[in-house]
Amino acid sequence: MSWQNVFLTQLNEADIFVKTGSISPFVEIWEIDDKHWQDFAKIAFEFKLRWAAGFAEQIDDQFHVYACFETAGNYILLRATINVSKPEIPSQATVYAAANRSERHTHDMFGITFLNHPDPRCWTRHKVWKKSDHPLRHDFPVQGFPADVTPPDTDYHFVQSHGVGVYEIPVGPVHAGIIEPGHFRFQAVGELILNLEERLGYVHKGTEKIAEGRSPEGLAKLAARVSGDTCVSHTWAACMAMEQAAGVEIPKRAALIRGIFAERERIANHLGDLGAICNDVAFAFAFMQMMRLKELWCRSNYELFGHRFLMDKIIVGGVAVDVTEATSKFLLSDIEQLRAELADLMPAIDLNSSLEDRLYTAGYLSPETAAHFGTLGFVGRASGQNFDVRRDAPYAPYDSVKVKVALEDQGDIASRFWVRYKEINASMKLIKQFVEQLEQLPEGDLVANWKTPETGSYGLGIVDGWRGEIISYVRFAENNTIARFYPRDPSQLNWEALEKAVLNNIVPDFPVCNKSFNCSYSGNDL
Amino acid sequence: MLSLFKKIFTTGVVTENVKVYDEELEALGIEIKRHIDQQFAGSLAIRQVDAGSCNGCELEIHALSNPFYDVERFGIHFVASPRHADVLLVTGVVSRAMQTALLRTYDATPNPKWVIAMGDCASCGGEFGVSYASCGAVSNVIPVDMTIAGCPPTPLVLLKSLLALIKNKKG
Repeated sequence: MSWQNVFLTQLNEADIFVKTGSISPFVEIWEIDDKHWQDFAKIAFEFKLRWAAGFAEQIDDQFHVYACFETAGNYILLRATINVSKPEIPSQATVYAAANRSERHTHDMFGITFLNHPDPRCWTRHKVWKKSDHPLRHDFPVQGFPADVTPPDTDYHFVQSHGVGVYEIPVGPVHAGIIEPGHFRFQAVGELILNLEERLGYVHKGTEKIAEGRSPEGLAKLAARVSGDTCVSHTWAACMAMEQAAGVEIPKRAALIRGIFAERERIANHLGDLGAICNDVAFAFAFMQMMRLKELWCRSNYELFGHRFLMDKIIVGGVAVDVTEATSKFLLSDIEQLRAELADLMPAIDLNSSLEDRLYTAGYLSPETAAHFGTLGFVGRASGQNFDVRRDAPYAPYDSVKVKVALEDQGDIASRFWVRYKEINASMKLIKQFVEQLEQLPEGDLVANWKTPETGSYGLGIVDGWRGEIISYVRFAENNTIARFYPRDPSQLNWEALEKAVLNNIVPDFPVCNKSFNCSYSGNDL
Repeated sequence: MLSLFKKIFTTGVVTENVKVYDEELEALGIEIKRHIDQQFAGSLAIRQVDAGSCNGCELEIHALSNPFYDVERFGIHFVASPRHADVLLVTGVVSRAMQTALLRTYDATPNPKWVIAMGDCASCGGEFGVSYASCGAVSNVIPVDMTIAGCPPTPLVLLKSLLALIKNKKG
């Protein structure tokens, strides 16, 4: 008996009845009654399902509330329907910590109350719209009702601490470095961090709302800008969802090229991060060398494909640029060059004792905490979370290769550093295999013919971006337009784990702890 | 330690020469250049503000510090506070949640000061435009002296634009 059947039996015993359906080979859609929303989560928790995403949408006078669960590469998209006139549903955040901020976001955007939610404060709203307004409801105009100058959100209640010698450090939203805006509130004694509270939402740009009514091409462009460093993978996830909804299968050639783009994006970002982590502990040699390698890598992207970050090179139904014979050669020699450079560099970095001093044991995230928050990507993998969409729920072209997942369980900054390095190596191997497969393929179409999706059809795109699993939900309205777009960046889950990883570290180590996670603000705030 | 020095020596100097041609200067607006020449010949302190960017522009600003562009050799440096800055380099549409923060940053920058809106979002609203959550282009919130188009602008375009600002009269 499959685990799904055991799970379903247990649910039935608890009087929770499920209507099941299938979206794709790895994703099932389950519908339950809204009153069982929390009870379902409790049983799912016992079955060690990971809480992966939560969102909602309005369809006429009803809200569909969704939560996505995963175990061993099997996804369940859970749905319940509630009336707009009584928008209440039991909270899953009481069971899954990972659901906390997501439910607060859904509350701000739709006015859906999650009953018994442990934290009733607003999250995304700040003072941008009135408490009684809800931007993602159909009756809210995209232009909204903004004030001439939106006041700062000064009455947000941060956690307080008292006692002799305890003091508070507010940081941001405008930071001293060249990074995205967000607010951090530290409670410290001496140099030691007692507590960190993140206050995000500053770069909320209405991404979900302005997606409504777009064409598929328009949505692909918007998805590329959910988080600029992840433009390839976010576009891929959104396109995958749209293609699923429309029943379009992309050409094999296009899938392989998408794979090359995604792995090149992973390598570029990891190179940058390896350098930046070293920079935050003042090891300038490694920083400059890694920045040099990243620059060379981005220049190759530009030369081969026309954009340094490969933005807008994935399009609906396929890709915008081909990999020719000359490109293949270039791609392979690029890998050889990078491999040789890293073979010089990494031993020199590894032997540096001052670096070891700063990175080992700092910013420790235990495997338990990582699991608790559903931590993803290299952050999760450095804390023993053995999961990778490319291996566990493979999509083309990863279904044609063996994906080796880098894993460590030390959970410190050094672990996250070395997992990145291992992932660079794995990505180089993948690119090589994709290039070889392309060479075997006859020349052919790069884009599949588009079919106008039926009104109300939907898809769930799940890919492994460089930060980890990205889940993108898309539903179509009539005439090939978008009714709903929700992208779940891995940062949305990793941010909360960062609050725990910095505890008992010193305040001056926060930048390097933060960099070792490198969460996206834009991808979180939408 | 030896392998470290060996790598430094074998890498050599990769920094590239950057020339700004007159027609490029024209495109950037000679007027502000004249002003800035008088005030800041040879040095420019920049405070970067992300007002609602997707982080793409930030990546290219970071690239300016890599050994190929080495922006500091031109006297251009990024400072940690608006109080130390001559120029605000603003990226992204201005999200409404960042509107007050940007206004305060602008007020905190001493006169004379200049504002550069970098990237398509900051220049004209880009993919995001004006909405309930976004004020759109930077010029909708604070006065803008120069815009740099691109999504994101490449480091070379960015560097040339900055150089155009500080190139002294003789040059």
